[in-house]
Amino acid sequence: MAEFVFSAEQKDLRSGVRDFLAKASDEATVRRLMETDAGYDPATWARLGGELGVLGLAVPEALGGADGTLVDQAVVAEEFGAALLPGPVLGTVGLAIPALVALGEDVSAFVEGTRTAALAVPDRAGRFDPSLVTVTESDGTLTGEVAQVVDGSADVLVVAARTSDGVGLFAVEDATRTSLSTLDQTRRQATVRFDATPARLLAADAAPAVTHAFRVGAALLAAEQVGGAQKLLDLTVAYAGTRLQFGRPIGSFQAVKHRCADMLVLVEHARSTAYHAAWALQDGLDDPDLAVSIAQATCSEAYQRIALDSVQLHGGIGFTWEHSTQLYVKRAVTDAALLGSATEHREHIAAAVLDTATANGALVVAAG
Amino acid sequence: MADSDLVDKTAHAVVESHDPRSTPREEMLGAVYDAGLAWVHFPVGLGGLGVSRGLQATADTVLQGAGVDNAFFLNPIGHGMAAPTVLEHGAPELSKELLRPLATTEHIWCQLFSEPGAGSDLAGLATSAVRDGDDWVINGQKVWTSLAHVARYALLLARTDPDQPKHKGLTYFVLDMAAPGVETRPLRQMTGQAEFNEVYLSDARIPDSHRLGAVGNGWRVAMTTLMNERSAIGGTSSVRGAGAIADATELWARYPQRQTPVLRDRLAALWTRAEAQRLTDERARRSQGSGQPGPEGSIAKLVSAELNQDVYEFAMELLGPEATLYGSYELRQDVPREEYRGPLQQRFLRSRANTIEGGTSEVLRNILGERILGLPGDLRADSGKAWKDIPRG
Repeated sequence: MAEFVFSAEQKDLRSGVRDFLAKASDEATVRRLMETDAGYDPATWARLGGELGVLGLAVPEALGGADGTLVDQAVVAEEFGAALLPGPVLGTVGLAIPALVALGEDVSAFVEGTRTAALAVPDRAGRFDPSLVTVTESDGTLTGEVAQVVDGSADVLVVAARTSDGVGLFAVEDATRTSLSTLDQTRRQATVRFDATPARLLAADAAPAVTHAFRVGAALLAAEQVGGAQKLLDLTVAYAGTRLQFGRPIGSFQAVKHRCADMLVLVEHARSTAYHAAWALQDGLDDPDLAVSIAQATCSEAYQRIALDSVQLHGGIGFTWEHSTQLYVKRAVTDAALLGSATEHREHIAAAVLDTATANGALVVAAG
Repeated sequence: MADSDLVDKTAHAVVESHDPRSTPREEMLGAVYDAGLAWVHFPVGLGGLGVSRGLQATADTVLQGAGVDNAFFLNPIGHGMAAPTVLEHGAPELSKELLRPLATTEHIWCQLFSEPGAGSDLAGLATSAVRDGDDWVINGQKVWTSLAHVARYALLLARTDPDQPKHKGLTYFVLDMAAPGVETRPLRQMTGQAEFNEVYLSDARIPDSHRLGAVGNGWRVAMTTLMNERSAIGGTSSVRGAGAIADATELWARYPQRQTPVLRDRLAALWTRAEAQRLTDERARRSQGSGQPGPEGSIAKLVSAELNQDVYEFAMELLGPEATLYGSYELRQDVPREEYRGPLQQRFLRSRANTIEGGTSEVLRNILGERILGLPGDLRADSGKAWKDIPRG
């Protein structure tokens, strides 16, 4: 479909996932799961993979996927973000599956949701930098540590490691995983350690697959951010329309209304840039790195701003543990920091469009 | 044949039968109108083909690519606002009479809405229209009227019943600017130029046949005009990095000795915001059907106005001491389009009007809050009162 035009199937996909999550991942469930060791419900994850089939929409059929598009997967990611779905959304769907698919690996088990995977590769401002890789390979085993791997407790780790020829990509199952206590309890991280751990070589050069995975992961993360931001805007508007002070709904005060209007603008900008990134990666419409940086710079800033403002607009209740806002604040702050911050992506944008800009002399500056 | 093919084929046929390089402007634009490409979503016979509004871009790409003048630039109020208002609310004969000369730019149009006492609170306006036989007699003062000094017709909103609450006592007319009792004076602005006018109406007469919509229904008619205005002001640029942000990147490249990391971050943030709005305009265009523009136009207007100001504030800072120089404050009224926006320092001053004209940013945020988000309206001191009893000043 043309950019920004959603098909009837995509609309059905959205409502199907939304309806499923309303039952299987409502807020009470999210709160229960975030207190558990695993942090998510493997049975729900397996239903998303099997029954709904929404974990590998952009994966070719030959590799175990649904043969759909990245935009399909982004639509689903938006709903995951809106529901704060706990589980390896970013690690498995956003990063590991795209890396493995780029190498022609069969990913059926991850797509079906019966196994999980994570990408244990450090990024610099959302991009691959082989100089950051410290894990080393020797005789088919890996040694070293990768800190703060998103969804690092997954069954399979896709790991970049130094070899005699450069930096290769490996699959590892038996690693030591140390779960970390995270700001956002619905999006887990672990530090992973290898000690002469057996590994399977996936690619002698990690760069192409990891670069692809970071782009796709960032685009899907942006879609998740849109979902969370829209959900918070809806919550805030509903509250402002019903909460009475001075005998009036607080949303009738312009000081409140105008902040909601600004949140709306941020959500709409976020949505446009996130789906542009998905469409650009899918159809090759744009410079992929620039499209992704525009999306991440916009969505990270928008979601975090909306989350923090929604606390303010809710007043005291928004600062409590019982209210939903705190869950979204922590997700927004976490998502903003993952795969490059807004500032770091603006740095990429500046390098692409400002540092290369040339003056054409068309603009007149008055000289007095 | 798919509608998009019909539009594309029709546009190619027009530029083949009328060479845009040798055909006089009014004749060329007349051919565009007759082919139904002036507003593709208008009915056949009235400048349209009855297809989706989104297909206008298809027609414009072909026509302007072949060198046809952009009628919207030449007659912005006529083309962007008067035409949809006349079509929706005027009698069919009136559309037949007015639309073609409007489309050819033979008749330039202006808009007589704002008054010295009615800006954001437009519905509080005081210009009166009193029925006299088959005519209406108009008295009052209008302000901020661009193109009034060259316009043949004006969209006029006037009060026909001061005893009604303010929104209910208004009626909408088409005024012949050449009629006796219409006096236009230039209104000089901060930049030194006079893009706008004041228009004094002293016993000016309008035939009842030039009324749009029912007596007392002027506010609803005005909404058609205003929604089209907001969508026309926002969202015209579809090229990445074009528009005001291009001025900032141009200066950035021109003055490497003034580049600092702090300014670079500011400019990158401005560029990203401009791009996010451009993509949002694009998304709105793709999802737009053949109906009237929705409130998305209010987002485009709000963001582009504030972005313009931020861009030119940035540019002035980048300029350093040169920012304190100016071109000329000579009073000029008819500035050619190519220099319309003038030197950078003038663009900076001009941008201060962006968040006021066509709906202030404060009013636009109310619109976003109330019409899109559904938040409750503010308490009002004037609701239900007869217009004549509302405090004014």
